[in-house]
Amino acid sequence: MNRRTLILGAAGLPLAQAALARPALAQEAPFRIGLILSMTGPFASTGKQIEAAVRLYARQNSAFAGRPVEILLRDDGGAADATRRLAQELVVNEKVSALAGFVLTPHALAAAPIAARARVPMVVMSAATATVTEASPFVFRTSQTTPQVTVPLAGWAAENGVRKAVTVVSDYGPGLDAEKWFGQRLGAAGGTVAEALRVPLANPDFAPFLQRARDAAPDAVFVFVPAGVGSIFMKQFAERGLKDAGIRLIALGDVLDDDILNGMGEPALGVISSHHYSAAHDSEANRRFVAAFREAAGMRPNFMAAGGYDGMTLLRMAAEKVGAGAAGQALADAMKGMSWESPRGPVSIDAATRDIVQNVYIRRVERREGELYNVEFATVPAVKDPAKAAG
Amino acid sequence: MLTVLFDGIAYGMVLFILACGLAVTLGLMNLVNLAHGAFAMAGGYAALVLVNAWGVPFLAALPLVFLATAALGAVMERTLYAQVYARSHLDQVLFSVGLIFMAMAVVDYAAGPSQQFVRIPDALRGRIEVAGVGMGIYRLLVIGICGAVALALHLALARTRFGSQLRAAVDDARVARGLGIDVGLIFTVTFAVGSGLAGLGGALGADILGLDPGFPLRFMIYFLIVVTVGGTASIPGAFLASLLLGIADVAGKYYLPSMGAFIIYGVMLAVLVWRPQGLFGRAGAR
Repeated sequence: MNRRTLILGAAGLPLAQAALARPALAQEAPFRIGLILSMTGPFASTGKQIEAAVRLYARQNSAFAGRPVEILLRDDGGAADATRRLAQELVVNEKVSALAGFVLTPHALAAAPIAARARVPMVVMSAATATVTEASPFVFRTSQTTPQVTVPLAGWAAENGVRKAVTVVSDYGPGLDAEKWFGQRLGAAGGTVAEALRVPLANPDFAPFLQRARDAAPDAVFVFVPAGVGSIFMKQFAERGLKDAGIRLIALGDVLDDDILNGMGEPALGVISSHHYSAAHDSEANRRFVAAFREAAGMRPNFMAAGGYDGMTLLRMAAEKVGAGAAGQALADAMKGMSWESPRGPVSIDAATRDIVQNVYIRRVERREGELYNVEFATVPAVKDPAKAAG
Repeated sequence: MLTVLFDGIAYGMVLFILACGLAVTLGLMNLVNLAHGAFAMAGGYAALVLVNAWGVPFLAALPLVFLATAALGAVMERTLYAQVYARSHLDQVLFSVGLIFMAMAVVDYAAGPSQQFVRIPDALRGRIEVAGVGMGIYRLLVIGICGAVALALHLALARTRFGSQLRAAVDDARVARGLGIDVGLIFTVTFAVGSGLAGLGGALGADILGLDPGFPLRFMIYFLIVVTVGGTASIPGAFLASLLLGIADVAGKYYLPSMGAFIIYGVMLAVLVWRPQGLFGRAGAR
């Protein structure tokens, strides 16, 4: 080999490499999704539902716009400072195309500034405080907002003979949202809230609160507490004889989470709730989703799983709309106004608020084939988040 | 409102049975065992397996749960805790906190992170009215069982030969050994009984307090409050402290719902300002 060919070769090498690499990049650079969930700690059941749904979706749709999907799962252990750190790592080191997950509101709020600075879209699959999507123009939500599911229930209650109610909520962001919007909607229909009780978040025993609710003799008790303790509430409600005293129990669907509903047994039967997803939702898309989820994860999907599954749908549809190299602002813009048929029914993303617009269903707990389900009997179509519509 | 008082007593009784084992190990054996709640959780899950999976009747399952957690406690004491008796309190704290996390991870892996429900027979559900006071049947049962356990414990420690041997072993292990008392065995038995009681409490309390892998951490603070308020020296102290805290907590949440969560801490502060050694503590003891 003489000197000339060596130089030629050295000069040609980068060109050849570039020629080889470029088409490969466009076609096969994976679409990486940084999934931040609480896989340990008290909210681990939420994390597991969402993870199972996301993985199921990634198996059913292994490529977004021709790019293989890669899920990078990180566990924040339920601590918001960890969420922020993990979001930064995923964006800076792993160069993810999108962030997703976020079990609680503080987690989503901690990651939002990272998404905004890096211009990476983030899909909130669980956190439900109304303000979450206002934290950054890159935040999208595929779960629900608490006011969104509360207002239809208050409307239903007012139409069905509830004049006087007692509200029992956990003393945290979504709980206070629920208390406020329930009271407003019921008040607008001429009803009153006799007592607005707030329960500490780590509350072991509901006895005193239930006794107080009973003594106020309302037509109904409205409850919103996290799913786990919700079942204890339900049992103590039945045991304290509030049902026999003619007091109805109405709840947000969170309390009757599909994940644990079946274990609640008799006390849950007949409880009325409002929510955007039930595993018993009567549609072909949902039957397919539930069957596939059961087979993959060995459990019943709940509304968190629906949020995770739809978050993936949103990302895939947006990626395909943009085409090759979808990322950043273009990907975010494509997500605005997107609509599709979800297992929960028709949904869309409000282009102005980046929040989900969906049907809210009024359901009653019934026994079907030996298992308890939330069976939908009334639909309030295409509900937007009332908190943002009002402001 | 007698119903509020009744609920407070029931809650206090559950607290007592959960925490009395800790009062014994901390007060008498001078061992800081923060993992006490893990034994309570073990009891709850043992009840879950026995009642829900194997179909043992709930009341028959309770003594089995006690025996199972006591056996677990004995094994743990022999293999692990025996190593830390002579160590500093800080070592004991670190060790037992580590145990809590291990226990939580094991339960999370084996049973999943969600809330579990022990199936209580229908006969124990519902409520009866006596002279206008509504009382839950299950809570009545809890009060009965816990009251009996408290009495038995007190008698065993204050009146029996084993009780005096235990107190002797704690006061001066060397001299007790010199008198022919098998200190190691006594500690093992005491620890096992304390764990067994915690397990019983976990099984009984599951219906009132809930049962999930976060249990040991969530209730650790309540156990510690009971032991601090009651003083670490005696069963009656822990008993009265539990009742006081249970009633104050429930009544506070009923009459002042907006302040409810803080009442229990307020009571603790008040008692400790008044009697820093606890209600029944010996002044200047250790």
